[in-house]
Amino acid sequence: MTAGLRDDAASAAAEVSPALAVTDLRFAYPDGTPSLRGLSLDVAAGEKVALIGPNGAGKSTLLLNLNGILRAQSGSVRVFGETLTEDSLRSVRAQVGLLFSNPDDQLFSPTVMDDVAYGPLHMGLPREEVIARSEEALSSVGMLEFADRPPHRLSLGQKKRVAIATVLSMGTPILALDEPTANLDPMSRRDLIGLLDRLPLTILVATHDLAMVADLAPRSVLLDGGQVVADRATREVLNDAALLGAHGLEPPSAHGHPHA
Amino acid sequence: MSAFAAVVERYEERDSPLHRADARAKVPAAFVYILAITATREGDWGVLALLALPVFAGALVSRLGVWFVVRRTFLALPFVMAAVPLIFTRDGATVFTLPLVGWTASDEGIVAVATILARSWIAVGVAALLVSTTTIVEILRALRAFRVPRLLVATIFFAYRYFFVIGEEALRMLRARDSRSAAVPGHRAGGSLRWRAQVAGHMVGSLFVRSLERSERVFAAMQSRGYQGEPRFLDHPAFPSMHGVAAAAVVAYGVAVQLGARLA
Repeated sequence: MTAGLRDDAASAAAEVSPALAVTDLRFAYPDGTPSLRGLSLDVAAGEKVALIGPNGAGKSTLLLNLNGILRAQSGSVRVFGETLTEDSLRSVRAQVGLLFSNPDDQLFSPTVMDDVAYGPLHMGLPREEVIARSEEALSSVGMLEFADRPPHRLSLGQKKRVAIATVLSMGTPILALDEPTANLDPMSRRDLIGLLDRLPLTILVATHDLAMVADLAPRSVLLDGGQVVADRATREVLNDAALLGAHGLEPPSAHGHPHA
Repeated sequence: MSAFAAVVERYEERDSPLHRADARAKVPAAFVYILAITATREGDWGVLALLALPVFAGALVSRLGVWFVVRRTFLALPFVMAAVPLIFTRDGATVFTLPLVGWTASDEGIVAVATILARSWIAVGVAALLVSTTTIVEILRALRAFRVPRLLVATIFFAYRYFFVIGEEALRMLRARDSRSAAVPGHRAGGSLRWRAQVAGHMVGSLFVRSLERSERVFAAMQSRGYQGEPRFLDHPAFPSMHGVAAAAVVAYGVAVQLGARLA
């Protein structure tokens, strides 16, 4: 039952260096609450993987460990073969773009354009390239016409798109997203899923939106208690109602149709 | 929450008589005792030592430990440093002269500054003991019991409550910035100091705008639940008179030390 996609992904990953290799990661918050308890996970380049699991399973903590915002007490994170250390922080952050669940946390500049330009400017790229990259990122999320707006004058759906553009402009080959569809109206949500589907990047998305998982990610990793509980083809995981139920989730067909 | 709360929270859970003491006894006792400390005359080292004794005793009784309380008093050091120039401005016999600038330090100036430092240090020790052994809610309850204006009490409460929320928000913004602060081979990363300062300034600005917007949402939510400006407490426990007696004894000791020094 666990066969299929994972083995294919694993053998493909063995040939080239995997985009992400997380090995036996252990992390506890400063107050002593353990969050990750020996978590291991490989993601091949170009894969789109969903991280699912109940609140407190360790999904967001894992994402924050991928580019060194949080530093695990033990275990390792390797990005295209490069181990995450104090010295490699900056170069790993050029590989792994992180999208925070609340776009207001991500946007801090006076205009949309300034914010999208922050990443490339920090990299020290020449001005023309910064502008070219920023405009390209903004147009790929359909927000170029809002370039001069202050972020607090945008709707949530627009803020989400701009937040994605701020990561796209950095040109990171890996994109890690925390709850990207939370609080979006159905149309904005649909647009966002379409956008993520089209991006030719390695994508890791932590979410409770299992309908999006079904549309977007061929592979699902179920976390609970800071460990990987299941790592299989999305189709299998979402059809295993017993497994989902045991970890605080519901199959997407059971969502929102109490009278169907 | 946890990461930031651990830095800000001042209350330290322990099982001690000082923790169990009613805040309506502790708050006024601490207040009057601090006033007694500030009444110390310059160079009256004996009085300062006598007044420091109960603070030491309190640190031991509270099971926090002397070192714990001493560490917390360091928080006030930068403010106390404002008194240091007094060494050079006070008249008196010259003790030494600063090379280059040629400022002269007087003996009276040194005594004055040392007294100010000692007085502040002991007073901050009292305050550190109070907030380490009393939860914020109990302190607010005591302030209301002593008829401190409710607007002031409400302001203190909200400052405390939203310090956590806004601090967490700032922390998340810093994380988001750090995660986009990358370097690629062949380019000097980081940008100019001026640009980084600009970014930091904008972050402070957006934090302010967001806090303001949040305050409006919070106030609307409070009004819709019938808030009228008075903090409500679930219960009003009786005041144990023995706690009042103990508080009065501490205050009487401080006053007696000061009076004794002046009569002797």
